[in-house]
Amino acid sequence: MTVTVNRYKCGYCGACVSVCPMAALELVETWIEINDACNDCNTCVNICPIGAIESVKE
Amino acid sequence: MKDKYDVIVVGAGPAGSSVATTASKAGLDVLLIEKRQEIGDPVRCAEGVDKEGIKRHIKPDPRWIAAEVKGSRIFAPDGTKLQISEKMSGAEVGYVLERKIFDRALAEQAVSSGAEVIVKTSATGLIRKNKQITGIHARSIGESVDIKAKIVVGADGVESKVGRFAGINTTLAPKDIETCAQFLVSGIEADEYCQFYLGNNIAPGGYAWVFPKGKGIANVGIGVLGSLSNNGMPVKLLSNFVKHHFPTGKIIEMVLGAVPASGPIEKTIADGFMLVGDSARQSDPLTGGGILNALDAGVMAGTVAASCIEKDDVSEKALMEYERQWRETIGKKISKTLVVKEKLITFTDKQFNIFAHSIEGKCDNTMGVFDIVRALFRANPKLLWEFRNLIK
Ligand SMILES: Cc1cc2nc3c(=O)[nH]c(=O)nc-3n(C[C@H](O)[C@H](O)[C@H](O)COP(=O)(O)OP(=O)(O)OC[C@H]3O[C@@H](n4cnc5c(N)ncnc54)[C@H](O)[C@@H]3O)c2cc1C
Ligand code: SF4
Ligand code: SF4
Repeated sequence: MTVTVNRYKCGYCGACVSVCPMAALELVETWIEINDACNDCNTCVNICPIGAIESVKE
Repeated sequence: MKDKYDVIVVGAGPAGSSVATTASKAGLDVLLIEKRQEIGDPVRCAEGVDKEGIKRHIKPDPRWIAAEVKGSRIFAPDGTKLQISEKMSGAEVGYVLERKIFDRALAEQAVSSGAEVIVKTSATGLIRKNKQITGIHARSIGESVDIKAKIVVGADGVESKVGRFAGINTTLAPKDIETCAQFLVSGIEADEYCQFYLGNNIAPGGYAWVFPKGKGIANVGIGVLGSLSNNGMPVKLLSNFVKHHFPTGKIIEMVLGAVPASGPIEKTIADGFMLVGDSARQSDPLTGGGILNALDAGVMAGTVAASCIEKDDVSEKALMEYERQWRETIGKKISKTLVVKEKLITFTDKQFNIFAHSIEGKCDNTMGVFDIVRALFRANPKLLWEFRNLIK
């Protein structure tokens, strides 16, 4: 499991970055990058104001 | 860009520009870096700010004032209206800004004070010598660069990474953040008042707002407490709110964002390092206002940076003066509003209504946030016992 960001939906607001306990997310200008520190806690999924983050089964 | 400065400030929002202006005016060699290619854009703000507070930092200029507001109104879930005057209603009303232009004006002020600004440049890590932070690793228009400084200031907003690089835990728990959506709505009626709507169906653990931006146009937004939100809730709730209140309104801009609502965090300094503004979680947990606190903290950080560099001591111990100053002022304020916020998020709609009725008509045009709390306390002594320390 991991999370993916739909970059066509993302409004690059940084909310997800600020709540990620693993520092796995980075807002690079207008998109989000995810590194492998992600532990699938889903915190970012619930915080995203527009629902751009999905947790996906690998 | 040189390879060495007295101070590097990361992030050109209000906090960063304020630090850069203050430190440059004090004679320091300052670099202000901004990861976006355009300072101030995209906006992540409802743009309401206290007039007098702003005047401490920059001369008012019609280019960045979208509207002036007389005061604000709060609506309880059943529609009961409480009106408060401009002078007393806290830090969120006075001007409604055009932040794209305002943030750039603040950066211009930093430049004219002597700072160097570089855009499309992101801090990606910190350089350390032993424990001491001595500069940043950066990505500047796609190229990796290292830049040295006596002091690095993190002013990188809600998504701050720099604090974490410095070993300061700035991660926000979902209960300590408001997740927000806002539309710029045109073709509507909006008078010279900022309006706030409370209610658990409107905005769980937060509120909806309407901030006028001139004739027929307003920022209409919603903030939801992170712990009560789920995937995409703010945009969904806002769409309903706009449909209900402004059925003929046209949406001409969309803003997403988040505001820290944690109250003071444990630590904002390290050897050769300071955190300022939203990255230091200095925004108001109750209102979500953070512009003025960011500007004020920026002045404190810039001033302390100058005196520490002059004394050639940038240790955590020396920088403690910054920490002391902001806790004494901003820290005290946001600790108080945190108590109010923590209480308000437990309210049911029925309680909101009862409280609003209990002071309806008693607060016309005279009250500030804490006067309202005081009036509520008088009308409902038992339920509001938790607020007693705020109103002595
Ligand atoms: C929806 C919403 C409504 C709001 N309404 C109000 C309001 O009405 N009134 C009010 O006072 N406040 C309001 N706020 C809060 C206000 O926007 C913030 O408190 C304020 O912008 C904080 O300023 P700052 O300089 O600390 O951070 P920011 O303004 O966020 O600036 C940080 C800057 O740092 C840059 N940056 C980030 N990382 C890096 C990096 N690694 N390298 C280089 N640069 C970087 C960012 O691109 C950004 O430009 C609102 C916030 C939101 C989300
Ligand atoms: S799922 Fe959790 S760990 Fe993974 S990116 Fe989201 S917040 Fe971070
Ligand atoms: S919270 Fe959602 S909209 Fe905001 S940056 Fe993250 S993915 Fe994008």
